[in-house]
Order: sequence, then structure tokens, then C-alpha cells
Amino acid sequence: MSISLKNISKSYNKVNAVQNITFNVKQGELFGLIGPDGAGKTTLFRILTTLLIPSEGTASVAGFNVVNDYKSIRNNVGYMPGKFSLYQDLTVEENLDFFATIFGTTIEENYDLIKDIYIQIEPFKNRRAGKLSGGMKQKLALCCALIHKPKVLFLDEPTTGVDPVSRKEFWEMLKRLQQKGITILVSTPYMDEAELCDRIALIQDGKILEIDTPKAIVKHYPKPIYNVRANDMYQLLKSLNDYSHNHSVYPFGEFVHYTDSRSDFKPKELEQYLESKNLLDIIINKTAPTIEDTFMELAK
Amino acid sequence: MSNNKVIEVEGLTKMFGDFIAVNAITFNVEKGEIFGFLGANGAGKTTAMKMLIGISNPTSGAANVAGFDVFTNAEDIKKNIGYMSQKFALYDDLTVKENITFFGGIYGLSRKKIKEKSTILIEELGLQNVSNQLVGSLPLGWKQKIAFSVALLHNPKIVFLDEPTGGVDPITRRQFWEMIYKAANQGTTIFVTTHYMDEAEYCDRVSIMVNGKIEALNTPKKLKEQFKAKSMNDVFLKLARG
Repeated sequence: MSISLKNISKSYNKVNAVQNITFNVKQGELFGLIGPDGAGKTTLFRILTTLLIPSEGTASVAGFNVVNDYKSIRNNVGYMPGKFSLYQDLTVEENLDFFATIFGTTIEENYDLIKDIYIQIEPFKNRRAGKLSGGMKQKLALCCALIHKPKVLFLDEPTTGVDPVSRKEFWEMLKRLQQKGITILVSTPYMDEAELCDRIALIQDGKILEIDTPKAIVKHYPKPIYNVRANDMYQLLKSLNDYSHNHSVYPFGEFVHYTDSRSDFKPKELEQYLESKNLLDIIINKTAPTIEDTFMELAK
Repeated sequence: MSNNKVIEVEGLTKMFGDFIAVNAITFNVEKGEIFGFLGANGAGKTTAMKMLIGISNPTSGAANVAGFDVFTNAEDIKKNIGYMSQKFALYDDLTVKENITFFGGIYGLSRKKIKEKSTILIEELGLQNVSNQLVGSLPLGWKQKIAFSVALLHNPKIVFLDEPTGGVDPITRRQFWEMIYKAANQGTTIFVTTHYMDEAEYCDRVSIMVNGKIEALNTPKKLKEQFKAKSMNDVFLKLARG
């Protein structure tokens, strides 16, 4: 196992940030921690990168215990925190050189690993890190986290606040790193990114809701889901929320995802109800659940 | 200007030295409309928004927001709009009630009015148990819902929302959008940026900025037809890299 957590808990004063977390990440796996702000993702990252000592439980990374062997872990992992943490007043090249030197290596020695990413920011190598755009900062931070050829890479919300195109490019980079044998633990609040991981843990309020492959997780969704659409989204949402048989009502893009509390639900009845609320152009179709549907059902 | 247009922008441009951050953008937003303002990081959204809310002077072009000219009446614009962003919305070291009182005061509401609004807001959001807690101790999703309500305290004509739901959990994110629908239904115009493409579908119309220019502007349905795309995410991916 590349990463292993057993009954890990961490509390600050009386607040339990994470509770009784157990999971394993295999060598070379791309594992996602999926959950919103405040779920406890960052606390887990800090424990695994030896920056926090757990209140209870044991954990190991690359075969080393997070408490006793913290120095070995630091030499073997790369960590990209959620907040940009490079030196703003050093240039792109100086930052990279600095991190290489600290780990007793050189940019040349491991250039192979970062080449694909670094060439995208190389035209700006003499620019100070503080003056880079969001997307370029993110790429530089990734290069700095990789420059000592870590066995395990920790990425805490690398795509938060990043536009869809840059997010897509970032995940393509992760896939290439995975092919080079690096184990990756990545967190994200974007549920659509969950599908790109080998396995995911859904996490909320410091607890794991479910761990499995993305495909298996959506299979566990307990009810049929319907796409509902009408001419007026606001009235549609209101009417569905007022409908006494609803189990869940969530807007999903141009549709509302609707589930019914009855096992013998008839879409025709719902259609008639919506018509009685003066809605027009009503469409009700069965649809497949997504990770986000599953997350909301579990978090309810 | 016609009564129904609350934002009118023509050829609005902002240059920093030789760099054209916003390149002659032109569009209108109607009263009560939910207008999605999309674009990749660095496309010029924030710069454009800063001009519209009266805190950055345009280099050239014209813009009228809530009935006031951005060049000559920037102060009046500020009084007639609400604003919240992902990065800053409320003071973490003030309580919920103190934040409401503070922002109410800034917008010139009377003490009586502030008290009235404060009670309604706290009740509507179900915050009775936390109204005396520091905002910093609340989950992000709650903060953002409170911030939106606070941005509406002075009944502005338009609310500008800069990535209001970034990092917010999926359930709260949807509750937030139900609040947006409600406000729009009551006639408030919503001008919103987001990186969640499902949220782009919730907008009445969407504009997409690429390298300082508005490259597309239409209803989500028409944009999908125009770019032969299944979703707004596909539209965005086709456009945003220029």
C-alpha cells in the first residue's frame, strides 16, 4: 500500500475535523477525496504530509509511519497545498531551483518528469511567481512538487477556481504522471472530476460517506431519477418542492433531477400535477444518476 | 435608455499599458434577468466587472449601469448595486448580526430598517441559533448564503456575484441558486460569474469572454445549437481557448 490510514481522527479543541477515517491507496493509483469546503480534506493532507499529528489512529505513506518516520516521508512525497505557497518574490526558475536544491537534487536530474508541464511556463521563467496568472501558478506549483521525483503526490484542491478548460488540461497532466508510476491523492469540490479517478472517497463533515470506483458508486444510487423540464425553472422548482410525494428535487443544468418517495411512481401523475400549476412544455424522462446525485443523497 | 435595460455596455475597453484586458465589449442586460458572465481565467471578466461596478475607470467606450454612467456617476452606481465575491463577502471576525448591521449602515439604512431586515433575513435562512456567532466559524455555504442576502439588503437593482459558489457543497450550491431565482423573480437583475458549467445552464443568457472579447452571447439553448454541443461545458471547451 502506498498510503494507508487506520481509524484516523483529528480534533481541534472540541471540534472534530476528521473522524475515524480508514482507507488505503494502492501503488500507482489515482485516488480522489471528493467533498466540499470544510469536509476535512485539508486536515487529512496535513496528517499524511506530516504537518499535523493525528489525535487518534495510525497512518503510513510510502511505507513510513507519519509520526515516527516523518523525515523519510518528507523526502518521498510532493505536496501542493490548496493555497499558493511558493515564494512570490522569486522568479519561476528561482522557485524551481530552490525546491530542487532543498531536496538535494537539480532541475536537470529530474527534468524528464516535469518537462511536459514546465515547457508551458518556460517562456515566463524570469517572471516573479507573484505576477503569474492563476493557471501558470498552478503549473509552477506542480513542477515544484515534482522536482525531487516523489513516490507519492498530494494535491489539495488543485483546480478550485480554475476554469473548465484549464481543469481539463490539469487532469490530463495527472494521468500522464500516473503512467510514470506516481501514486496520486487529489482532492476536489468538483464532482465531475471524480469520474477521472480510479477510486474515490466521498467525504463530508469529517466522515467518509462511501469509498469505491466512480462507476460502482453511482450504481448504489437507491432510486430511479427523472429529468424534469418546463418553461419556467423557478415555478418548476417551487411546484416540485411543494409536491407531497417528492423525495429529492435538485436543479441539474437545464433539468431538475427528481426522485419520488413512492415505489409505484407514475410520471403521468406528476405531469398532470405540474400542468395544474400552469407549467408548459413539460418533459419528464428517466436519467442515469451521477456522482453528484449520489453525494447529495448520502449527505442528506 | 429604455426602462427594461439595467446594464448597457458599448465598446467598453480597458488597457493596461499596451495590454488590452477588455476589448470593446458590447451587451445589454434586462431587468430581472439572470446573466451569466463566463470566461477562462485571465479572459478579462474581473476587469470588466470592476468597470461595471464603478471601481475601475474604462479606457474607452460607454457603459450605463442601473441608470448611471460609469465615467461620471460611479458613486451612484455603487449605491444602487449589490456585490459579493468568493474571496470577500463578510467580515469573519464579526457575528452574523454585526455583519448585517454593518453593511446595512454602509448602505444608509435606518436603524429601524436594519433591525427589521435583520430579523427577516435570520429567520428566512434559519440562522436563529448562530446569529451571535462569528461568521468565521460558519461553513462556507452558509457564509455565501448570508453574503447574498446581505448584498440584497438595500434592494439594489442589480447584484453582481463573482464566483459565489466556488467550493460550496452541492446541496448548498443549489439552495444558493434557488435564492438567485427568487431574487430574479422579484425583479432584481443578477450578473453572475461561475466555473460550474451546470450553473451556466441556469442563466437566462450567457456571454463567454475569450482574450478580452465577448465571443458568444445567447441563451444556453441557442448557444448549444450554435456550437453543436451537448452541454454548456462543451460550448465552453470549444470556445474558450480561442
